[in-house]
Amino acid sequence: MSLTLEQVRRVAHLARIEISDAEAESTLGHLNDIFALIEEMQAVDTQGIEPMAHAQNLAQRLRADQVVVTDQMARRNAFQAIAPETEAGLYLVPKVIE
Amino acid sequence: MIERSLHEMAQALAGKEISSVELTGLYLERIARHNPLLNAFLTVDAERSLAQARQADERLARGEQTALTGIPIAHKDIFCARDWRTTCGSKMLGNFVSPYDASVIERFQAAGAVLLGKTNMDEFAMGSSNETSFYGPVRNPWDSTCVPGGSSGGSAAAVAARLSPAATGTDTGGSIRQPAALCGLSGMKPTYGVISRYGMIAFASSLDQAGPLARSAADCALLLNTMAGFDERDSTSLDRPPEDYTRELASDGGTQPLRGIRIGLPEEFFAGGCDQEVMQLVEQAIAEYRKLGAETVVLSLPNMRLSVAAYYVIAPAEASSNLARFDGVRYGYRAPEYDDLNEMYSRTRAQGFGAEVKRRILIGTYVLSHGYYDAYYRQAQRIRRLIAQDFAAAFRQCDMIVGPTSPSTAFKLGEKAADPVQMYLSDIYTIAVNLAGLPGLSIPCGFARGLPAGLQLIGNYFSEAKLLNVAHRYQQVTHWHQARPDAFA
Repeated sequence: MSLTLEQVRRVAHLARIEISDAEAESTLGHLNDIFALIEEMQAVDTQGIEPMAHAQNLAQRLRADQVVVTDQMARRNAFQAIAPETEAGLYLVPKVIE
Repeated sequence: MIERSLHEMAQALAGKEISSVELTGLYLERIARHNPLLNAFLTVDAERSLAQARQADERLARGEQTALTGIPIAHKDIFCARDWRTTCGSKMLGNFVSPYDASVIERFQAAGAVLLGKTNMDEFAMGSSNETSFYGPVRNPWDSTCVPGGSSGGSAAAVAARLSPAATGTDTGGSIRQPAALCGLSGMKPTYGVISRYGMIAFASSLDQAGPLARSAADCALLLNTMAGFDERDSTSLDRPPEDYTRELASDGGTQPLRGIRIGLPEEFFAGGCDQEVMQLVEQAIAEYRKLGAETVVLSLPNMRLSVAAYYVIAPAEASSNLARFDGVRYGYRAPEYDDLNEMYSRTRAQGFGAEVKRRILIGTYVLSHGYYDAYYRQAQRIRRLIAQDFAAAFRQCDMIVGPTSPSTAFKLGEKAADPVQMYLSDIYTIAVNLAGLPGLSIPCGFARGLPAGLQLIGNYFSEAKLLNVAHRYQQVTHWHQARPDAFA
């Protein structure tokens, strides 16, 4: 299997990474080398094998549905102090709706 | 002082032979002298470290000493530390000053250890040579034309050059064990879930695990005592009774302390593909283990050869999801020019991430996309199960598995940087351990052409104390772990 330039552009769009034509070309070569390595998996018969998502077979822990954070404003201020752009406790991004 | 074990340093602090301020100052001075060459530290803040050392001295004066009180420790720049710049080796987080502490950092603070600085690493821990760091490569203290390994390359170089008594790292596919091997250190990746991942910047969440890098297995055990423990803020943290990982080290055991231990030697580790001189050193270490009373048994891990392929589906898939958070909205880098929201995202990510990180995000996005999920992601997860089953079968025949950590000693800067597949294959002996979630340890076992080689010990789940003891017994009768690169006397 090998990827096409169009697929590289499509995946880059899905991943929200701007990619120039020159970058797409060089990326295509690298990705095809990597997929050649990955392809050796395809020869293995894994029918009936349960997929393993995780090393430990854990159930999600639950907790009581109650407020545990008591310093919300201080936290918000600390976390927003490092944001690129905020106003009145909100994160600012370019206008989405006209 | 810089050659003393962590335990001996703690005794020197308790006995007023040296203060924490003096000890911290000694290392800060060594960092100032040697870091311009090595580039092992990304952030050093002498005033902040010395302020912590003063607090440690007050604590020592009150007689409230723990095993690490007053001892400076360097932390991989993947651990968020409050008010410290935390970059993860990326331009994306070049301006990120963390508003909170990772669990690992909190635990060292609570023990009274001094935060000596933040160490260089491959960008978002994606790399095996430390060359993907946005802040430049780290040099190997044993040969400055060579890489220190990665991704915890800065931590490994710092400890090997005696710029820090010990350091933390993280290991997703070998990122503690491989740099430990290439820099002549002892480094452990514990069982998945033993150390909290809270505040540890995520790469591949089902594989990432923190661990210690130090000059001996005994030092690693002390560090693990501080790092391990349940944390409800990490949903995969294991709620187990606390352990003393040093508990087996003190016993005498006589001349054959490892009598009754069965060491498994998987054919796949010894089937070629490894540098011959490295392999000879591994064989010599195994001979040493037989002298210590251990038995050896040859066995097979038939699916291990598939581990690199499965890993380069699973880890990028998880990474593509984890790294979606870097979008220029809440923290980190934002592209200076854009017309709309989509362009802000895609330019921020194009400019903020380096080539290797982008490659892995693209691989991950592709293998998770419609039409490819079953062929790649599901298949990789099934192979992951086969690999874990191989280990389970092996541990019915032996107590631990031994082999090389890395197929070579440290390679030259630039040697593999242009060829991702060659770089990926340098983790061929370490990756399977992460897929299965097992504990693994690398210890130095000699020198090939002047560069350190590593012996890997792999144990069953929760066998850290046993692994550390078996490594410690080897270090009682050999001296490879005490070697120091000449340029850093």
